[in-house]
Amino acid sequence: MADFKTVCKNIAKISPDIRVREDRGLIILEGELDKWEDVVAAGQAAVDKKRYLGVINNIKLKGFEPRMRMPGFYDDAYDGIAPDVLIIGGGVVGCAIARELSALSLNTVLAEKSSDVATGASSRNDGCVHVGIDLKPGQVKLKYNGRGNEMYTALCADLGVPFERKGHILLFYRKWERLLAPAFRAVARANKIKGVEYINEKKLKELEPYAPDWAKGAMLMKSGGIVSPYKLTVALAENAAVNGVGFALDTAVTDMEVQDGKIVSVTTNRGKIYPKLVINAAGVYSDFIADLAGDRTFTIHPRKGINFIFDKKVGKLSNTSLAKSPFAIVPDDGVEPPKGLINKIKAFKDMVNSKSHTKGGGVIHTADGNLLVGPNAIEVPDKEDYTTDIDSLNAIYRKQKQTAQRLKMSDAITYFAGTRAATYEEDFVVRKGIFTENIIEAAGIQSPGLTAAPAIAQDVALWAAEYLSRFGKVEKNPSFNPVRKPIPHLAELDSRTRDEMIKKNPDYGVIVCRCEEISKGEILDAVRSPVPATTVDAVKRRVRPGMGRCQGGFCSPLVVKIIADELNISPERVLKGDTGSNILFGKTKGGEL
Amino acid sequence: MIYDVTVIGGGPAGLAAAVSASETAKVLLIEREAKLGGILKQCIHDGFGLITFKEKLSGPEYSGRFIDMLRQTDVHVSLLTFVTSVEKRDDGLFRISLVNRDGVSEVLSKTIVLATGCRERTAKQIFIQGTRPAGVFTAGTAQHFVNLSGQMPTRKCVILGSGDIGLIMARRLTLEGAEVEGVYEVKSSPSGLTRNIHQCLNDFNIPLHLSHTVTRLFGERRLEGVEVARVDDKMKVIKGTERYIPCDALILSVGLIPENELAETLGVSMDGRTKGPAVDQTFMTDVDGVFCTGNALHVNDLVDYVTECAVYTGKNSANYCKTDRKNVIIKAGKEFLYLVPSRLDLSKNIADTVVYFRAAADMNNATLKLKIDGREVLTKKYPFLRPPEMERLNIDFSAYAPGEKSEIEFSIEV
Repeated sequence: MADFKTVCKNIAKISPDIRVREDRGLIILEGELDKWEDVVAAGQAAVDKKRYLGVINNIKLKGFEPRMRMPGFYDDAYDGIAPDVLIIGGGVVGCAIARELSALSLNTVLAEKSSDVATGASSRNDGCVHVGIDLKPGQVKLKYNGRGNEMYTALCADLGVPFERKGHILLFYRKWERLLAPAFRAVARANKIKGVEYINEKKLKELEPYAPDWAKGAMLMKSGGIVSPYKLTVALAENAAVNGVGFALDTAVTDMEVQDGKIVSVTTNRGKIYPKLVINAAGVYSDFIADLAGDRTFTIHPRKGINFIFDKKVGKLSNTSLAKSPFAIVPDDGVEPPKGLINKIKAFKDMVNSKSHTKGGGVIHTADGNLLVGPNAIEVPDKEDYTTDIDSLNAIYRKQKQTAQRLKMSDAITYFAGTRAATYEEDFVVRKGIFTENIIEAAGIQSPGLTAAPAIAQDVALWAAEYLSRFGKVEKNPSFNPVRKPIPHLAELDSRTRDEMIKKNPDYGVIVCRCEEISKGEILDAVRSPVPATTVDAVKRRVRPGMGRCQGGFCSPLVVKIIADELNISPERVLKGDTGSNILFGKTKGGEL
Repeated sequence: MIYDVTVIGGGPAGLAAAVSASETAKVLLIEREAKLGGILKQCIHDGFGLITFKEKLSGPEYSGRFIDMLRQTDVHVSLLTFVTSVEKRDDGLFRISLVNRDGVSEVLSKTIVLATGCRERTAKQIFIQGTRPAGVFTAGTAQHFVNLSGQMPTRKCVILGSGDIGLIMARRLTLEGAEVEGVYEVKSSPSGLTRNIHQCLNDFNIPLHLSHTVTRLFGERRLEGVEVARVDDKMKVIKGTERYIPCDALILSVGLIPENELAETLGVSMDGRTKGPAVDQTFMTDVDGVFCTGNALHVNDLVDYVTECAVYTGKNSANYCKTDRKNVIIKAGKEFLYLVPSRLDLSKNIADTVVYFRAAADMNNATLKLKIDGREVLTKKYPFLRPPEMERLNIDFSAYAPGEKSEIEFSIEV
């Protein structure tokens, strides 16, 4: 590990314009650079986990003005409220914490700047419940990934969220690569992962009939699973809401008042909030929130990832999560595969100690039966850069077509981008406040954050109860019910049950979304749910109209009408997502029919 | 009760098929929406019926005539009813599972006619990049908002694609007071009918930019603008020609795809060119008793052709009895965008065969040739052929007495 001087020297190599200093156990970088990659490189060069708490990279990018997307209106809806706990961030981590806290008799409020939960990374990832084979002992990530993974089966059963644990598969290119299986198993042992085994070609083809013809065997990691990340996040939020957590949506934190190492108040666009305890689960903005609270020890450098969604028709191309093993370099990669066993093992070690921060993506059978292909990884300055580009899509397609050989570009139905909340230490920051006493950090949560979230939430809730006990005993919530009744998906029910449900509620028999076979009744259930879906996107996240191959071409006018009628608002007030995303501009000349 | 014919879809194709089949058969017509008429409900412009009725009708008027005819028949109509699955039983009957406000039910039918229409290609299917804001609509969706909901989806828009619905929406939105900045078409020739270029664009001074495409979207919540660029003859963007256009909506008219999810679940073979099922001269697919018609078979330019094809299909499905197929493939060269039917079944009537085709490119003074076993049996001259304009012709194949091993081949020479 480098000492301060070496760090300075390394950073000077990137640019002499960077100022480096030490403060309170932190390495702080300042200055202004022309290229974002240099800003990131400087942050990476400053990492010294042994000597420092973390890297504060305040280097600015010339010509770039950071811009947090705001709710777009101000009111005093939450002015003056004084909850026991204020959770900042309605992603999977924030919502999992909200649910844990709802089991206690606390007054908890969750603030989310979007108009719905699960709008950031929690709706922009591949839904893999990870095994943790690529993690390193000692990482916070590894600890929470293992615990979180084990919690999934029971958690999803309680919440009524579909979850499949069919394993994740890493494909081998040559038969003799099975000799590397013990190396995998050794990593698995070190990482306390069960169920990692070599499977031969025959067994592979049984599990994955469309596995590529070059695959001569694979590692099967049985604890891997797939979940819909946004459905899980919504389910956590709904269960928390039913058990008493307040959801302050369209609520962005803009400032905090901190006195003597204690947060006194939190300013939002909807009023000043006076919480006893703040929990930072703000995703890509978690460094901003920690900074406001005076507790920042890390920097988020957003890493964009783009994923493709393919038609359900080709969902069968992967039954699990299929990916090439890191040393199975298929010839048309354009890269020579490492030759000889020793080089292969070296390549494997490189993978384990990887400096590249994506597992290379894969071909994933989503919880809803589509095929998800991706992601890639691009460092971007804008925390909310959700733009896509054709070069990325082409590169992802070319790469993953090796794994899903029957993939056709024409079967793609959509694609999307998300940003990972990566710290320079490339690890989660899950801890009590260091410089501020009434904050808990659940920050820097990137992959495998979805897997880890339930376990992170348990620890955070425990620390929260411990802190709040100084104000009085924290009791259990006597009416806490961990079980959530999901919105039924009628198309998946047997005819008799479906028939009975339609007889009780005829709206379940009116199909609105033909691609995904979603009824009016299901859409109304979403609009009336505990965290009401009041926008087209929110409805889509909960019950899927518009997720199919026509992408809402047929159903979006109907969904707009259902929302408008149910909320008793005019259609032009119905939004796609956040404030300003209106779909319509008002009546035509002839007026309404 | 067992139906002779079950027609799935109550648009122009389904209506005509049901009316026609009902002359000799017990018919069920299933429609997903609350009203019959399909897409014609929202096509309030005129130009429908010039061939069928020798009149210029609006869409609702055109479908209204068939709804009136349907009322004179004993066709059973199920509205607001969705087909969840169709299964072919061992005895050859189709078991059709339905869902509607009354619950789940099943009907049995000897034959089915798929008249499920088509859907629009989306922004994602043509790989538009950038942000994902509100304000990106397919032309049909925009048309639904304007004509059925009475709501404006834009104040100033760019239209990508010169398909007919896009052209019609350019005019419609202009009449409603919106500004249509221009229509951009990636190809070097328009995709829509010539009459629509004149009546919808030229008459309203809306510019048509050929060999242009939209490369990128801007704006995070509502669309704020698009980047357009010129493309070369391989439809690749020419660097340096990018231009930003502020607008609040992008309306796409970039192609239609036959809806064939049901056909696929029945194991029906598809025609790679039409994207609809491969059919014989009776419009029957390779699954006995499964017929397909209208835009679900291939995307038509005029509703009159949909009606014509559906009338034949209805009749054929009503008169269907299983035969031992004697299929001969009908070949069509690369000069064709597509040609329907793709095979002749010699075990059935081949005398009154209707052939529909589109040329793959603009051609002047073209000659269509039909060769059977290398022998030129038919030629037809066309002053011009254009891909947007579908052609039809009647052929009495029985005159050429093709055999099971015959080679039937169409070509176009210029």
